[in-house]
Amino acid sequence: MKRRDFIQLSGMGLGAMMGASIPVLGNMVPVEHLLEPGADIATKKRLADIALNATKSRGATYTDVRIGRYLQQFIFTRETKVQNIANAESYGVGIRVIANGTWGFAATSDVTPDGIAKCAETAVAIAKANAKIQKEPVILAPQKGVGEVTWKTPIVKNAFEIPVQEKIDLLMKVNSEAMKNGAGFVTSNLFFVNEQKYFASSDGSYIDQDVHRIWPTFTVTAVDKAAGKFKTRDAISSPMGMGYEYLDGLASEKISAPNGLIGYRNSYDMVEDAIMASKQAQQKLTAKTVPAGKYDLVLDPNHLGLTIHESVGHPTELDRVLGYEANYAGTSFATLDKWKTKSFNYGSKQVNIVADKTQPYTLGTVGFDDEGVPCKEWDLIKDGILVNYQATRDQVNILGENASHGCCYADNWNSVQFQRMPNVSLRPGKEKLSVFDMIKGVEKGIYIIGRGSYSIDQQRYNFQFGGQLFYEIKNGEIVGMLDDVAYQSNTQEFWNSCVQICDKDDYRTFGSFFDGKGQPSQVSAVSHGSATTRFNGVNVINTGRKI
Amino acid sequence: MATLTKEEAKKIIDKVLAFSKADEMSVALNGSRTGNIRYARNSVSTSGESTDLSLAITAVYGKRSGTATINEFDDKSLEKTVRRAEEIARLAPENPEYMPMLGPQTYIDTKTFAESTANIDPDFRAKAAFDSIEPCSKKNLTAAGYMEDSSGFSAIGNSKGLFAYNKSTSVDFSITVRTADGLGSGYAIRDFNDVSKLSTKQATEIAMQKALASSSAKALEPGKYTVILEPAASIDLLQNMMRSMDARNADEGRSFLSKKGGGIRLGEKLFDERVNIYSDPTNLEIPKAGFSGDGRPQEKISWIENGVVKNLTYSRFWADKKGVKATPPPSGFIMAGGTESLADLIKSTEKGILVTRFWYIRAVDPQTLLYTGLTRDGTFYIEKGQIKFPIKNFRFNESPIIMLNNLEAMGVPSRIGGSLVPPLKIRDFTFSSLSDAV
Repeated sequence: MKRRDFIQLSGMGLGAMMGASIPVLGNMVPVEHLLEPGADIATKKRLADIALNATKSRGATYTDVRIGRYLQQFIFTRETKVQNIANAESYGVGIRVIANGTWGFAATSDVTPDGIAKCAETAVAIAKANAKIQKEPVILAPQKGVGEVTWKTPIVKNAFEIPVQEKIDLLMKVNSEAMKNGAGFVTSNLFFVNEQKYFASSDGSYIDQDVHRIWPTFTVTAVDKAAGKFKTRDAISSPMGMGYEYLDGLASEKISAPNGLIGYRNSYDMVEDAIMASKQAQQKLTAKTVPAGKYDLVLDPNHLGLTIHESVGHPTELDRVLGYEANYAGTSFATLDKWKTKSFNYGSKQVNIVADKTQPYTLGTVGFDDEGVPCKEWDLIKDGILVNYQATRDQVNILGENASHGCCYADNWNSVQFQRMPNVSLRPGKEKLSVFDMIKGVEKGIYIIGRGSYSIDQQRYNFQFGGQLFYEIKNGEIVGMLDDVAYQSNTQEFWNSCVQICDKDDYRTFGSFFDGKGQPSQVSAVSHGSATTRFNGVNVINTGRKI
Repeated sequence: MATLTKEEAKKIIDKVLAFSKADEMSVALNGSRTGNIRYARNSVSTSGESTDLSLAITAVYGKRSGTATINEFDDKSLEKTVRRAEEIARLAPENPEYMPMLGPQTYIDTKTFAESTANIDPDFRAKAAFDSIEPCSKKNLTAAGYMEDSSGFSAIGNSKGLFAYNKSTSVDFSITVRTADGLGSGYAIRDFNDVSKLSTKQATEIAMQKALASSSAKALEPGKYTVILEPAASIDLLQNMMRSMDARNADEGRSFLSKKGGGIRLGEKLFDERVNIYSDPTNLEIPKAGFSGDGRPQEKISWIENGVVKNLTYSRFWADKKGVKATPPPSGFIMAGGTESLADLIKSTEKGILVTRFWYIRAVDPQTLLYTGLTRDGTFYIEKGQIKFPIKNFRFNESPIIMLNNLEAMGVPSRIGGSLVPPLKIRDFTFSSLSDAV
């Protein structure tokens, strides 16, 4: 439960993604405040111990304490104007306990010995109250205390140390170059997040983590007033677990793709992408409308990431499988009985999908999750077979495992941590294959780049995806741009139609910066890596309408 | 206390404004107490309550503005936050679209507060959950639900003498009931200002009936069908359309309301002539505050009248540029309906599909307001005026603009998501594929 401000956005790209609002947590503060150090580790340990002792004396059998300082800087511009700069800080403590076999949680912004002691008392009282109607006592997987440790996202440039003016200058350059190259309108945004999290538990862990994330993005719009048409093209950047160095635009991190397209690995050239976007948005105005039918799809990592997120990431969340999200996000087709057969063909043999919270530069990577579990990598789909799920400490017993996967996360100190998606990525192909070679082998197909419209049912069977750019492939060659494209499929059918995956040289990550889940809703950030991948015979519909 | 009286709120706001050294200053003071209870698998999973009181101060120098927020209210903290806001404003880039603050306004009085909701306590929430879980447990059904209640106030004031205050309460409840074999699922959703109008038991009974009746659904071929959309189904499409009625986007050529060759479609008949959509903050079913966030008065206004686009929403900047009244976006709307009940609409249907709700609705094409999404939690085939059998869920690709041209009939409006929407009978609604999801 929290107070949460939302910045309303009228820009189309972000609006479509976020239901037109961006969550801002905490108090708005002057920018220098973001660079002030928070409480030191010794103080946080002393405060955490107060909570651990208070809950234990009241009968808690397990306690974790999260003292969190969450910093955000969001910058919004359109054309020549800065629309909003939000510098926010949120600081407080969340205490979670097990008493009488039941979870209890309480949080306070009063980070003093008294405030923490009272909060600890409330957490135990809530657990005991809920225990009366509890039908399934918590079974917590063991986790050995890790002692006093620290972890930090390996950033090169702390984005919060970069002057705001430099960031505005970059966005103004992005906007002016987009306009110069024919865009009618442009909005551009920078999102920076720093989570300074201290975790302590009754297992004997005292973990201090400094987590950084960045997301530069924009939407350009081209308008043909005479024809009464407009088209947009969003950035093909990816949100990353990096510092400001992501915006260096290093040539060594660029990947050449067909038709002069450029893909970005771990370094992004925002101005270059805006210029390309501007030209492509105008091309979209006159692109050929797609004839509906079956096509072989060649999906760029900046597009496929979202398909992985929706059709593999969410259905393999164990809390969904068990029914905890039934009233909101839904349940899952990837049920335990299918998993138990050890032969459920989620995809073709080429499909190897891995969960991890360890891959460098990604959003999901931290040292430890929000219940003190060291992060790791594990298989979800191996050689096409469903082999595992994403689980937390109170869930892994259902899978017959005795160690958590490390998938627990809370978006703030005042949110209760629960199961959230780790990075979920498709392993690249083992044989040498470039996207150029892949396209050469396609007779009738569409090459799709970028995140577009997306929708999937509550058990994750039927989905429909759009994109930013669509190129028609005929007899091994790109012959032009298409418009009004969306593909529909069934998750299992789709992943079984996967026939080819480019090699590791083409591998890139895509990310979701504000993935929503739970009631009340919490956000989380997660990456999805893949190389360009081919799916055969997918149903493509034409989305053009006349009103 | 999270809910301050009008006088208490004004005192704090005036004190803040007295510290101001800026050209202009505005203050927003909000307080609330919010509680929730969530359950799944017939057991409570989380519940909590929080109170919050917070102040946002915006200082302006010329066209530069800065905002600072705080949760402490002693004089020293207030003054410090005023200085912070001023400091942020001085360093902020100029906003060429900045509009000078409004002076005193006259607001209509509305009844958005209900004592019953403000009095909700943890025991009340536990009982509400119990009333929903218990009947499901008894029939071997599985309940997953969520109730959130809120009670609070919102006050704004500025250095030009504007002051507005509103006290309000709300409660939102949703329930999904699934059969033990996972083959049936039903849903109900309610929202009120006054919790005495909410029966979690009654809403759950509807979800239970739908769960039992939707088990073992048959597959129909995708295609164009006559549909009866319950308010929980049509609300999102209608809401998305209403949120797309911004004049600036239309003027800029990037809206469904932009005209070929330039200009906007204000005054054009875009819908069936029976379509009337308006907003009215004094409506007793969906009362709203008499002011918008930036202090503009909220009044009764017609958006679509007899199928004709009557008004668009304007930012103050865009209205000034165009020399028109700056109409703020409404919070909630009313779509006028008919006198028939949902049962009457079913009875008069030769062949059709009853849709409980849509899910995962996303924009496909902002030019035509084409949306995609799926039916969920109770989809039924109707023949000769009767519900014949449950059917598998469909994916749709449809635009509310097209939908409101294919209007067959409307029933009695009911409250949904803070708006009043009638059940709608629509012909030629486009279902493009089947889903196995239950």
